[in-house]
Amino acid sequence: MLEQIYKAQRLMDAACKKMGRPINIMEVCGTHTVSIFRNGIRPTLPKRLKLLSGPGCPVCVTDQSYIDSVLQLADHDDCLIATYGDMIRVPGKSGSLETKQSSTNVKIVLSSEDALQLAKDIPDKTVVFVAVGFETTAPATAVAVKEAAAEGVDNFCILSGHKLVVPAMRTLLSEKNHNIDAFLCPGHVSVIIGFGAFAEIVEGFGRPCVVAGFEPLQIIEGLGAICQQLAEGKAKVQSIYTAVVTKQGNTTAQKIIGECFEAADGYWRGLGLIEKSTLKLKDKYSRFDAVRRFDISEIPAEDKSGCRCGEVLCGLIEPPECKLFEKTCTPDTAVGPCMVSSEGTCAAWFKYGRERCR
Amino acid sequence: MCLAIPARIIELEGDRAVVDAMGNRWKAKTTLLPKAKLGDLVLIHAGFAISIVDEEEAKKTWQLIAEINDFRDTPNKVSG
Repeated sequence: MLEQIYKAQRLMDAACKKMGRPINIMEVCGTHTVSIFRNGIRPTLPKRLKLLSGPGCPVCVTDQSYIDSVLQLADHDDCLIATYGDMIRVPGKSGSLETKQSSTNVKIVLSSEDALQLAKDIPDKTVVFVAVGFETTAPATAVAVKEAAAEGVDNFCILSGHKLVVPAMRTLLSEKNHNIDAFLCPGHVSVIIGFGAFAEIVEGFGRPCVVAGFEPLQIIEGLGAICQQLAEGKAKVQSIYTAVVTKQGNTTAQKIIGECFEAADGYWRGLGLIEKSTLKLKDKYSRFDAVRRFDISEIPAEDKSGCRCGEVLCGLIEPPECKLFEKTCTPDTAVGPCMVSSEGTCAAWFKYGRERCR
Repeated sequence: MCLAIPARIIELEGDRAVVDAMGNRWKAKTTLLPKAKLGDLVLIHAGFAISIVDEEEAKKTWQLIAEINDFRDTPNKVSG
């Protein structure tokens, strides 16, 4: 194990020397972010190698207008909101689902199947499943929608907030942050989409993309592999998470996503409107679409709190540069989603302190 | 949120499974992984098996999950 770490360190040092300028590597997965902070990886890296935590936490990238729509639906007496626990504390314009939970209109579920079961158990309510997450989570939603259609569970619907990772990476590079040299790509999203999906980023922007798992050695080796590419002036797609990630990914899951959803333009926190970056139910499943059932218009609300989560998500600032950080915004009194979510960058900085994060 | 958990399929009927990880048992489905068999170790995400995984990989992830739980339960700042 030590030998692998030394090798990765040599590759990092060589890349820093060769590039002659600071190197910025972005991870786009909340679980990577947590693992990096938890294991104190940042301080062990060469000073000129900087890790940026990108838009990899589904809670953090969900636009406030989506949260506001969910909160609006929670006010309908005939609705029951079924949500993953991660979303419960995210603040909207008027409170969060947690504050609504006392109204008995909000239930935490562990899967889309649980939400569908709720609809079967409580036929006089319309169960709205808060369908957030990237490609890892989207197929689970798709299966539930297909089952609801097959079994005629008409009091079930979803509010799709599903997002696609690659379009966000493309927008980051083309519009938001030109200083990203490479991506450490998410492990379990890649189980579904396959590491071949990142070819677009490599070919379009010449940035190395390396898929790694979540344990510290995988992350360090992933960074080493990226640095080797940078030092050699190459950019290719690579996976060192060979235990579960293939080039093609899980084609059954991809097919099920394709049967239920189509790519649509959608809003991301911090990144704005991104073309074909979200998943919308196809017309044949429109009766399960909460947006069409309840006539919800998703207009991004203006955030006047002073929260800078958007810039944090793009790797443009670090959390302490936000004037709310550690003052009015803490995990107990979170203003923005990057502090609310256990996978958020601001929460990690808060918990582990600045020294451990640099 | 995208962390999948390795678990062993200990019951399987059609695409409905019961899985076990670190002594915890819960229901999951194999709809997205039709090749999964009884006794297989699989990655479970949001109630669905998404990939077969080997024993060694499963152990590494179980260890990481234990560490992440520690992280979530850390109430105050950690110094140093």
